Amino acid sequence: MDLHGFGHLLLAGTWVTLQLAFASLLCGLVLGLVGAAAALSPFAPLRWLALGYNTLMRGIPELLLVLVIYFGATHVIEWMTGDYIDVDPFTAGVAALSIAFGAYATEVFRSAMQEIPAGQREAALAIGLGRGDTFFRILLPQVWRIALPGLGNLFLVLLKDTALVSVIGLDDLMRQAYVAAGFTKLPFTFYLAAAGIYLALTIVSMQTIQRLERWANRGYRGARA
Amino acid sequence: MTSTSLPALEVVDIHKRYGDHEVLKGIDLTARDGDVISIIGSSGSGKSTFLRCINLLEQPSRGEIRLRGETLALRPDRHGELQAADRRQLERMRARIGFVFQNFNLWPHMTILDNLTLAPMRVAGLDRKAATERAEALLVKVGLQDKRKAYPGHLSGGQQQRVAIARTLAMEPEVLLFDEPTSALDPELVNEVLGVMRALAEEGRTMLIVTHEMRFARDVSTQVMFLHQGRVEEFGPPARVFSEPESARCREFLSSHL
Repeated sequence: MDLHGFGHLLLAGTWVTLQLAFASLLCGLVLGLVGAAAALSPFAPLRWLALGYNTLMRGIPELLLVLVIYFGATHVIEWMTGDYIDVDPFTAGVAALSIAFGAYATEVFRSAMQEIPAGQREAALAIGLGRGDTFFRILLPQVWRIALPGLGNLFLVLLKDTALVSVIGLDDLMRQAYVAAGFTKLPFTFYLAAAGIYLALTIVSMQTIQRLERWANRGYRGARA
Repeated sequence: MTSTSLPALEVVDIHKRYGDHEVLKGIDLTARDGDVISIIGSSGSGKSTFLRCINLLEQPSRGEIRLRGETLALRPDRHGELQAADRRQLERMRARIGFVFQNFNLWPHMTILDNLTLAPMRVAGLDRKAATERAEALLVKVGLQDKRKAYPGHLSGGQQQRVAIARTLAMEPEVLLFDEPTSALDPELVNEVLGVMRALAEEGRTMLIVTHEMRFARDVSTQVMFLHQGRVEEFGPPARVFSEPESARCREFLSSHL
């Protein structure tokens, strides 16, 4: 495929897309864990907060979320601090994508946490482990195992949702393909190339997720019922 | 030695209510060093709840718990149930009270060795080498030294329960609580677990055992406690409780369980 010298642009765009996806994944996972903890909290106001976050963020199209955060965040920061700070497209993109990812991940984590038998926690507490060790060493590793397929799925969606951030001018893969297509008047070539790259990223992600799942299931394979 | 004067475990006037229903109506128990106390009774008599109240897996509504003379500080929460006033103290005391569950509750994502070394390293402060040595000696003791690298899911129920006992022993607890340790096992696997428990009793360990295994309770216990509807109906050495119980309910229970 002749890319008329725009190949390096697509590569640079791919790099931006990857950074965007992984930064959003990381922040989104943290939001999801916090959201799930809130959703399962014995403290009712926290549960309402989690429900509100969940409902609101899953009810708004992600494209709209990107636009609202990009154009709205500047106003909000100015209103709160009095300083005019330009929110760059990358930060706005990470914020929007991780907030959306976090809302869906909250549900995945919440149901995974509920699947862990109460006895797991009790065994940890009964032997004298503190709350931190109980959560991070006993519960969370088991939550991961159950949540991984769902989270993997969400990541594949997130990877392609990064393309939405091109509308606010971030030079990701989508936007670079758009720019190259405009210059060369060869839209089909560049959109096809971009599609191929997204597909390749997805395939690599799927394989990585599969490997993670195998690792998380190491003690369970061939296990007796 | 302090152990001659202070009992290993004292539980005083434990009450537990769920809403309007009082499942424990004031239970006292003193376990001295080397005591093996079996707690028997029909299901719903409150025996498991009582055991779980001792290390606060269940919150009692009233009562006191003393370990070697140290009283666990308790304060009522907003539902009127007691919880530990000092989380650190609770964790320290739990580390000294071993608990063996009906469903083993081994941690399935960790190898057998890691199951045995986690608490000694994180709670008792042992380094990995010392914790591993202790764990391996305990696995020999329960006859599972070749399973150290295996995961719980690959073991039979009886093997899992033996590992669970070893995990508890790894903390060198002063008292061991067993909550129906053989009830989840296939009949042919019960004896391997009872064998390990019998050996522990012969070593002079202090044990409280909630069980349906009447023959085992009669052979191994120093005392037997019969609970009925949240009260102690009968208490005494097994020879007396099993042959000439004073309570009619206990007699009835034993005749249908022996």
